[in-house]
Amino acid sequence: MHELSVCQALIAQVEAVAVQHGATAVRSIRICVGPLSGVDPDLLQRSYPLVRAGTVADAAVLVIERLPIRVRCERCGLESEATPNRLICTHCGDWHTRLLSGDEMLLASVELEANDNRHVPTVWA
Amino acid sequence: MCDTCGCNITPGNGHLVASGGKLSRTADGKAAVTILRSLLDENDLQARHNREHFDQHGVLAVNLMSSPGSGKTALLEATIDSLRNELRVAVIEGDLETENDAQRVRAKGVPAVQITTGSACHLDAHMVHDALHHLPLDGIDIVFIENVGNLVCPASFDLGHHRNVTLLSVTEGDDKPAKYPVMFRAADLMLLTKIDLLAVLDDFDPQRAEAALRNLASEAPSIRLSARSHMGLETWTTWLRQELHAQRQRLAQHNSARPAIQPDGRLMHHGTTSLVHSKYVFSRAKP
Repeated sequence: MHELSVCQALIAQVEAVAVQHGATAVRSIRICVGPLSGVDPDLLQRSYPLVRAGTVADAAVLVIERLPIRVRCERCGLESEATPNRLICTHCGDWHTRLLSGDEMLLASVELEANDNRHVPTVWA
Repeated sequence: MCDTCGCNITPGNGHLVASGGKLSRTADGKAAVTILRSLLDENDLQARHNREHFDQHGVLAVNLMSSPGSGKTALLEATIDSLRNELRVAVIEGDLETENDAQRVRAKGVPAVQITTGSACHLDAHMVHDALHHLPLDGIDIVFIENVGNLVCPASFDLGHHRNVTLLSVTEGDDKPAKYPVMFRAADLMLLTKIDLLAVLDDFDPQRAEAALRNLASEAPSIRLSARSHMGLETWTTWLRQELHAQRQRLAQHNSARPAIQPDGRLMHHGTTSLVHSKYVFSRAKP
């Protein structure tokens, strides 16, 4: 559905990062996707080869990290894992919960390549 | 996605990308450039611009979402008639093809711009931006954006509007909030439409639909209405008046509103969790 346009936005961001760091190629792209993001990881993975073609990410691997849904109950304060259509507290059953994780659609990291003889700033994560 | 930097880190995922987290290093030990930006960053930037445009004109922008045929355009027609002597309304219409809906709205004497998306299944902030170039907002109180009929994709795109209204017609089944949680989580208000048909339908229970909405941890109110019989219409227009009033009060204090879709940014900025928002790290293989 809209995964193709999300993928185009992803590649545009990766291209900008590559230019900013003077990279000649992108080796891998890692993204985080939660079930409530509205994006299907499999469709994203399928549209990816079409979008990366001819870009600096032409040979880059797309790694999709699937994040779980977690909520915190505002009534009892406990955290629980939840499913997309049942975001209530599993401990006390109350529906006044706050989502902690699960709606992410996040570009987490990019692994870049540069010419070996060129100095690049090195900062360890 | 947060209000300030457009990032999408929450207390739930921050540990993955923080220093030493499992995403901070690739499988072969190479450090990675850490981005921590929403994939829809570009859309969100445009949405922010659109929202500023609405806010400069004191306009409340309401995004109407539903499956096709749930009565979005009929609701608009009835709403325009109901508010005719009170508020000035303009409409942005989204469909894959045809000017039909814009023509129906214009026939009510209200300015309308039709976006035809071709094959796109949702509106995005750029399409709305283009439409706004054809829609003067001077003197307008409320802009309705009628999204493409679709219970999936429109929920993921901020258009720069202030409130999301999700329609569910009684001919569709009362378990729709459970089947399409992303869409119904995004709702600031759920409208149960075509409620006059309940008399001849025995398989739709409004209370079940509302319970399914609560299971999504949503506090959004639910209004039962019929655009044809005008049942519940006054409750809906009262909600609109209150939202417009609240938005104008926020604007007077140099604030605005975002739809229900982005709760986590507020959590980030009001919480105690300290995370690096946007960190660019460039590294070579460790010696």
